[in-house]
Amino acid sequence: MLLKLRNIRKSFAGAEGPVPVLRGIDLDLDEGESMALTGESGSGKSTLLHLVGGLDRPDAGRIDVGGVEVTALDDSGRAALRRGTVGVVFQQFNLIPSLNVGDNIAFQARLAGRHDAAMTAALAERLGLGPHLAKYPEQLSGGQQQRTAIARTLAARPRLVLADEPTGNLDEATAEAVLGAMLELVAETGAALLMVTHSTHHAARMGRRLHLHAGRIA
Amino acid sequence: MNARILLLVCLPGLAQAQGFAGLGGEAGGFALPEKGQALAFPADHGAHPEFRIEWWYLTANLTGPDGTPYGLQWTLFRSALAPHEAAGWDSPQIWLGHAAVTTPDDHLFTQRLARGGIGQAGVTATPFEAWIDDWRMAGPDFDAMRLAASGPEFAYDMTLTAQGPLVRHGEEGFSVKSGEGQASYYYSQPFFDIAGRLSLPEGPVEVTGTAWFDHEWSSQPLSDRQTGWDWFSLSFEDGAKLMGFQLRENDAAGYSYASWIAPDGTLTPYVGAFEAEPLETARLDGAEVPVRWSVRLPAEGVAVEVEALNDAAWNALSPSYWEGPVTVTGSHAGRGYLEMTGYE
Amino acid sequence: MTPTVLWALLSHWRRAPLQLFTLIAGLALATGLWSGVQAINAEARASYDAAAATLGEGQYARIEATSGGEIALSDYVALRRAGWQVSPVVQGRLGDVQMVGIEPLTAPGGIGPGAEGADIAAFLGGAGQVFGRAEALAALPEVEAERVVAPDVAPGTVVTDISVAQRLLGRDGVDLLLVAAEQPLGRADLFDIAPDLVLRPAQGGSEIGRLTDSFHLNLTAFGLLCFAVGIFIVHGAVGLAFEQRRPVLRTMRALGVPLGRLVVLMVAELVGISLVAGTLGVGLGWLLAASLLPDVAATLRGLYGAEVAGGLAFRPVWWLSGLGIAVLGTALAAGAALWRIATMPLLAAGGRRAWAMADARSARWQGALALVLIGVAAGLALWGEGLVAGFGILGAGLVGAALALPLLLGAALAAAARLARGPLAQWFWADTRQQLPGLSLALMALLLAMAANIGVSTMVGSFRQTFTGFLDQRLAPELYIEAADDAQARTVEAFLAPRVRSVLPLASVETQVAGLPAELNLARPDPTYPENWRFLQSVPRPWEHLAVREGVLINEQLSRRAGLGLGDTVSLGPQTALPVLGIYGDYGNPVGQVIVTEALFRTLHPEIVPHRFGLRLDPEQVPDIRAALLAEGVAEAAITDQVALKRFSLQVFERTFAVTAALNVLTLAVAGFAILMSLLTLAALRLPQLAPVWALGLTRRRLAGLEMLRAVLLAALTALVALPLGLALAWVLLSVVNVAAFGWRLPMYLFPAAYAQLGLFALLAAGLAALWPAIRLARTPPAALLGVFASER
Repeated sequence: MLLKLRNIRKSFAGAEGPVPVLRGIDLDLDEGESMALTGESGSGKSTLLHLVGGLDRPDAGRIDVGGVEVTALDDSGRAALRRGTVGVVFQQFNLIPSLNVGDNIAFQARLAGRHDAAMTAALAERLGLGPHLAKYPEQLSGGQQQRTAIARTLAARPRLVLADEPTGNLDEATAEAVLGAMLELVAETGAALLMVTHSTHHAARMGRRLHLHAGRIA
Repeated sequence: MNARILLLVCLPGLAQAQGFAGLGGEAGGFALPEKGQALAFPADHGAHPEFRIEWWYLTANLTGPDGTPYGLQWTLFRSALAPHEAAGWDSPQIWLGHAAVTTPDDHLFTQRLARGGIGQAGVTATPFEAWIDDWRMAGPDFDAMRLAASGPEFAYDMTLTAQGPLVRHGEEGFSVKSGEGQASYYYSQPFFDIAGRLSLPEGPVEVTGTAWFDHEWSSQPLSDRQTGWDWFSLSFEDGAKLMGFQLRENDAAGYSYASWIAPDGTLTPYVGAFEAEPLETARLDGAEVPVRWSVRLPAEGVAVEVEALNDAAWNALSPSYWEGPVTVTGSHAGRGYLEMTGYE
Repeated sequence: MTPTVLWALLSHWRRAPLQLFTLIAGLALATGLWSGVQAINAEARASYDAAAATLGEGQYARIEATSGGEIALSDYVALRRAGWQVSPVVQGRLGDVQMVGIEPLTAPGGIGPGAEGADIAAFLGGAGQVFGRAEALAALPEVEAERVVAPDVAPGTVVTDISVAQRLLGRDGVDLLLVAAEQPLGRADLFDIAPDLVLRPAQGGSEIGRLTDSFHLNLTAFGLLCFAVGIFIVHGAVGLAFEQRRPVLRTMRALGVPLGRLVVLMVAELVGISLVAGTLGVGLGWLLAASLLPDVAATLRGLYGAEVAGGLAFRPVWWLSGLGIAVLGTALAAGAALWRIATMPLLAAGGRRAWAMADARSARWQGALALVLIGVAAGLALWGEGLVAGFGILGAGLVGAALALPLLLGAALAAAARLARGPLAQWFWADTRQQLPGLSLALMALLLAMAANIGVSTMVGSFRQTFTGFLDQRLAPELYIEAADDAQARTVEAFLAPRVRSVLPLASVETQVAGLPAELNLARPDPTYPENWRFLQSVPRPWEHLAVREGVLINEQLSRRAGLGLGDTVSLGPQTALPVLGIYGDYGNPVGQVIVTEALFRTLHPEIVPHRFGLRLDPEQVPDIRAALLAEGVAEAAITDQVALKRFSLQVFERTFAVTAALNVLTLAVAGFAILMSLLTLAALRLPQLAPVWALGLTRRRLAGLEMLRAVLLAALTALVALPLGLALAWVLLSVVNVAAFGWRLPMYLFPAAYAQLGLFALLAAGLAALWPAIRLARTPPAALLGVFASER
């Protein structure tokens, strides 16, 4: 099992004491699998994604990624997990504005020590970024920026791809194209995919679907 | 017997001795001692500016009222940049005074420097006066003199009274210093009685004792290979005296000489018969200095041990040398002075 | 991983070259001003040290002839033979060079040249040797002695053996005897050996050094001020850079860059930048120092007679201190920003934070600290004494005032907001107040720069005003002449007496008054004196009393040092004790002075024949008399006309402050730069605040205009605070520091026109600084303003 979540609980500080966001989540995801995470705003789906990516820590429960107990890792251990095992595609793209597209794509692979120029170039071609490698993110359209972010994630060859509403900032047509490319490429690399989405239509394109409601799996 | 000191110290405070580096070898225009040239007194008590270097040297073994032994040194060196004297600041004669007092637990020393020609320092034969600043060795005549010196920590004022004749070392005062023939004129007055007051940091002390005076002048005193010497002036309880030195060559014993002086002043010279071997050393100012010696002059039946009164009799001037009172035990008992150079 | 992250970090600067420029320029400017001042100080101090080493200036007691003349060789030998450890020195001018003859065998340690190649036999024997700096040796007339270059000899001075010096200077005796620190037991009294000689005790430090210390302190204070202003800039630039990089840093962490690595690399980045800027700054300082140094040298020579080399040696000490201070300054400026990065949560809710916002608690602390510092300054002003107290007042007062500034401005803006009518005015005041924390550092820099400017220009102006008036009274004679010797002096005086209105002989003798060294001057009864001299205090008709030997006149320096007031008795010798008739200002003179009437002077010092004369005559007569004197054999150089003398004296004082003026302008410019950078930093953060106002119907032009108005308004308020602070600074400089350093108090004059000009300049600087951000705002595309609403999370 690549990803294993057991009884994950998380709450945030609110004006009148802690507000529970996740109230005991169990989840399993195997290599090559894809899963959509849906639910209304505030249902805790982004929080769950952050916990899996080691961006935050749960209050209770256990998370294993690729046989490593993430919940037992310290800061630098979780940084290493984000570098080497997990790749995150953000809704806001989060590209580095001072690096050109080519360097942005190669960035995480370089961090992970897995940079392969040929593979990166092939990825860029597949995502239609070939002509834009020397440009800077601000010169790209939203769809191109998200393709760049996807390329950056996949170039580092993570075993688990996490996507947080990756098409949330894109118009519908672009969103379709970007999502299609991402699913296709993830499937090719054999990585598992966990994607947060609002869209039932998008969720339907994933292998499995998990619906969150009030911090619980509905 | 202090040629090397003068060579190296010449102008201590200035540490600019390069100009004197050649002094060991060539005599360059200066007069040289000649064998068979008789010394004439009182004229030869005075300065010989045509020679490069000269010194008047007095050491004394003293005793305080409570029996405490003391030692005293008064030295005036002359070093010439040119073989003549001139009046005023143009004088090429440079004078250097060293004074020291040694107690069983302290050794105080100081120095003075002066230019010739202006009257700040000099030596006149008649009446005899040797001076630098306020330091003086002077008398109506050479047999009865006052001796004074002062420093920031000590001062002394003594009277000297001769109890025997002058003695001439080597061949009637022509004293050979190496196998290569370097030589000096050298005579002594080893029979002075001395009395007076030492002003010490603890207070004044009235002292009496015996003193030994040397006067020596030359122009090229040492050979290149000679690195230092050990010089002994010993007064035995039976009235006899021994002056002996060895010049170390590359730190091994080299040329040696001794004068055996009978109580009546009769002098017997010994070339190569004097033996001195260190028995114990002390570490002073970074130098390893012998402070206990085995001294032998077999021809006179002398086999004694010579030990420093105070190991720390180190004149930390430039260069540093050891000069202090010693006690003698063994075949003969007595007191004396020891000087060692070339250990720094 | 490290190269990848470093590359990503550094790529920021490629996209923000202006920021990089600001950072490096600010740091380089700060370091440059600091190290320039340090270089000047180090150079001048090295020169004094050389002077001290050459002459034993002040570190040894000295013996001089009571009458001020030569000491005979026999006296020297007598002293030596009495045990006195003294060493003779003979000095004199040889061409343009000061020649010092020493006796190396007796000279106390540290005196004379210790150069390589010193050969005592060559120094003492033969033709001898002359040691000096290359320039001094080159200026030496033809001499037989060998020239040896020795950089540790004082500038303009050569050192040689006493025999050589006496021969070249044509002297028999010596000028003084240096007394070694260690003396033997049981010496006789000086008086018993040589009754004509007098022992002057050693001074704590070098006499020259003590006098010029205040000048250097002044310079150092300016250097520090400049540095502080520069650090404000760096703080602004670093803050901006870090604020802009926050999202990127967060992304990098999300992609797996460990926080520790990130912080270490950012520190390395800053150290690298500060080293580059520091190197540039040291170079800049070098240029600054090299261009100011001749002025500084001229100033010190004019003011104190201290010789300073006009050239600059590159000294590793200030080179290193420059680099060090650049790194330290960066650390100071970037520490808080780095700390915020290090503690930044990985998943921050909310958007950008205004990085410089100070919270209420730290404002209270700041206020309390400001009060304490101002209290300390006030306390020192009331009860403190001396140079240290003076600089204590300056330091505590300036920092205290700077810390109090944001609070004062805040209060003023709050008051204005309460009085405001209409929504726009209310918004303007409230918004200005909200901006204050972000601008306060830059405004503090402006405050300090302006206060220093006001203080120094007041001091310079007061100095000039006082001094010009003083010159008019003191340099009343139309012509001054100097005779070559006694015989010529007598001839010239006899020749002139029937040809001019008055001949005023001038002579001075070094003496001691109330145990202090002082010079005794003479005055011939003449209307010139009562007509021109003004006294700080005097009895009625002092000159009439002086003429009949009923008293003496003393200068302010002597009055202060010896505590002598009107009517107090001054003893000038056996049976000559006279009351003080008047105290006169004697600006720029380090020594105490006593004036007696000519007849009394001749009684006291019958051996002295005055060589200098001031001539009162019809100005039209000047060329004729001049020609006649030349025909009489008086040297051309020995005749000075008053106008030239005045011009020269004024030049000296102008140059004194050319240095401070140059630093002043630079400081203000740097402060303007700081404002610009703060505004640019704020501009990015301001959009969300401005967008709603824009949306409510204010044009971008109008908004930009308000932004400029705001900057000018804040600068104007700061200028209002700076004025009293600057005047207080001037008061401390004139009435505390000057008295402590030089022994006289300068009357303080006010120069409203100059202050107004300064104020305008400050407003201009602020306006210029605000112009660019305002233009940028005016040109902000509406989409960006709209984006504020869109991207608000």
